[in-house]
Amino acid sequence: MMADRLLRVLTLADYNTRIVMFGTVMLGVAGGVVGVFLLLRRRALLADAVSHAALPGVAAAFMLIMAFGGNPRSLPLLLLGALVSGLLGMGCVLIISRFTRLSQDAALGIVLSVFFGFGIVLLGIIQRMRGAPAAGLNSFIYGRTASMIRSDALLIGTAALVVVVLTVVLFKEFRLFTFDPGFATGDGWPVQRLDALLMTLVVSVTVIGLQAVGIILVIAILVLPPATARFWTDRLGLLVLLSALIGATGAYVGTALSASIPRMPAGAAIVVSHGALFVLSMLFGPVRGVVHELFAHRRLARTTLKQNLLRALYECEETGEVHNADTQWTYLLHTRGWSVRELKHAVRLLRRDQAIYRSPEGQWLFTESGRVQAARVTRNHRLWEVYLLEHADTATAHVDQGADFIEHVLGDALVAELEKAVPRFGKVVPDSVHVIGSRGKRV
Amino acid sequence: MKNAISSMQNTTHESASSGMSVSPESVALHVRDLTVAYYRKPVLWDVDLDVPPSVVAGIVGPNGAGKSTLIKAILDLVPHASGSVEIFGKSYRRQRRLVGYVPQRESVDWEYPITALELVAMGLYRKIGWFRPVSSAYRNQALTALADVGMADLAHRQISRLSGGQQQRIFLARALVQDADVYFMDEPFAGVDASTEKAIIGILQRLRAAGKTVFVVHHDLETVREYFDYLIMLNMRIVAAGPVAEVFNSENLKRTYGGRLTLLDRAVDAMGRTPG
Repeated sequence: MMADRLLRVLTLADYNTRIVMFGTVMLGVAGGVVGVFLLLRRRALLADAVSHAALPGVAAAFMLIMAFGGNPRSLPLLLLGALVSGLLGMGCVLIISRFTRLSQDAALGIVLSVFFGFGIVLLGIIQRMRGAPAAGLNSFIYGRTASMIRSDALLIGTAALVVVVLTVVLFKEFRLFTFDPGFATGDGWPVQRLDALLMTLVVSVTVIGLQAVGIILVIAILVLPPATARFWTDRLGLLVLLSALIGATGAYVGTALSASIPRMPAGAAIVVSHGALFVLSMLFGPVRGVVHELFAHRRLARTTLKQNLLRALYECEETGEVHNADTQWTYLLHTRGWSVRELKHAVRLLRRDQAIYRSPEGQWLFTESGRVQAARVTRNHRLWEVYLLEHADTATAHVDQGADFIEHVLGDALVAELEKAVPRFGKVVPDSVHVIGSRGKRV
Repeated sequence: MKNAISSMQNTTHESASSGMSVSPESVALHVRDLTVAYYRKPVLWDVDLDVPPSVVAGIVGPNGAGKSTLIKAILDLVPHASGSVEIFGKSYRRQRRLVGYVPQRESVDWEYPITALELVAMGLYRKIGWFRPVSSAYRNQALTALADVGMADLAHRQISRLSGGQQQRIFLARALVQDADVYFMDEPFAGVDASTEKAIIGILQRLRAAGKTVFVVHHDLETVREYFDYLIMLNMRIVAAGPVAEVFNSENLKRTYGGRLTLLDRAVDAMGRTPG
């Protein structure tokens, strides 16, 4: 039964579903596109203040319509009221943070709560007015798509389209002033007017989102899609495109859920869908996603460990001292200050790479390929040390640490440059600049 | 003419007015009575400046002297309580296209999703004009500028993955493609590596040779003689301004840095070591 219903919703079989879906998806696209620049401008919470500030406008518009005998359910008029008071609220935030010593977050808190409180007061008054169908107004707080009719969806769709077109046309200008407003001003661009335009677009999306998503949650359609897209790309153009797609997807899934499950409010369902996309992207996105970072970190840690053991073994050979299994183990433990567990782990990794093997007497010895690797690692390390000593005025005492960190990430190009910078070594492994094994007791 | 200009630089009001005989077009930057205040706390007081073209001018002074503020006030980035700014004899607002700007590196978010090439291309936006995307011809100009600062092979790298020195270089490249006549650079030498420092000095010399005028906010007194031929010594007011050889002396340093003895000693030391 429910699956059947869901299918009908997803395939947009019903006229009503089509209308609501059109409205919310267009809203999702507009929120995704404008939201990218809102986040880059670091004004995400301004959208929250704006949506809360819209409530007294809705209530006041309702009262005016009643007074003049119009239809108090007319969405365009109510949204016009929301637009005016939303802009007023945003203006208050900017004025308070610019002309007083209060910071912007304080200004946001003040405007958000005072405007919203005032809106609730007005709603209270409306409820006591005779003959006023006030029930509809409460739906603006949490959002309700059921009341969306064709003209509403068209209004939302048109406004969303205008917002998207303006943002795309002004892509270059928005990028310039959101990245470096100081440079943009010096370059002669009307930064304050561009900023005002961007914020007007934000207010517009907020206002057309009030009916479907509601005052409290509307910030999500501006913030979540761009934040989600950021885990997938570093390119601004692609970011805008992805954010729009994600905004549309979240809106589609949320609306479908709401239409197929009784009493499921659409706004909340949309926001939860966006939230799910965000969590997935944060975990698995290739650009600084959690899992990706964890793997990269672990790979580096392993490489470092392996290279350190290779060099320790190589330098142990260089001393020319003869070790049995026990004294070799002690030497290795001391020379790098490893714990037994770390050393065992390192040995296991190198053995798996077939870089070392255990002799019949129990010492760890290089395989042929292992020795080549070890010579290269040691050489890079020492080239880097010599380079730091000669070219960076670094104190000898600090050299080994710097070299230790960097050598593991040296690429071929960098090594070639090092060879040029320290040419006298040719292709041999240079001598170490400090006494090998000096950090541990020699056994 | 040269003497007339340098005689203006003692910056007391009388000597400044004696410079009025110089035709205004021959003055690259003219500042009159510039005062800037944050809330009621003054940051710059009655700044008067007349700087000739084709010089590389250092702006030095202690922390909080208003060096960055001076640049920002000239560029209209902070509101001023009073004063006027002229570039080559006309008001700054009408001459904006002649002016290039290198902001402080810390003033932007380096996590912003943009590549080195895209950042440099921003310097071409005013030539490209409203609404139009960056065409390949302009992209090539930006690439050339990147090569000029030794960053050609990092053109497509995210700016977050560049070192501090590399970030400073692309900021310079962006200003170079602005193709301005007067440049303002806010601490381009701050926190850069030795090779970037050399690259920046090379660029400053090239700009001067091409007849450009460059203003550089600078911290290190030891390099003043080496980098600049003109110096503006600032501590809320102009203490002295003129050719380095004339104004960079211990008397003016004392007046600029007041009781900050360690710095002063180092500077006097440096003057002893540097010939000329």
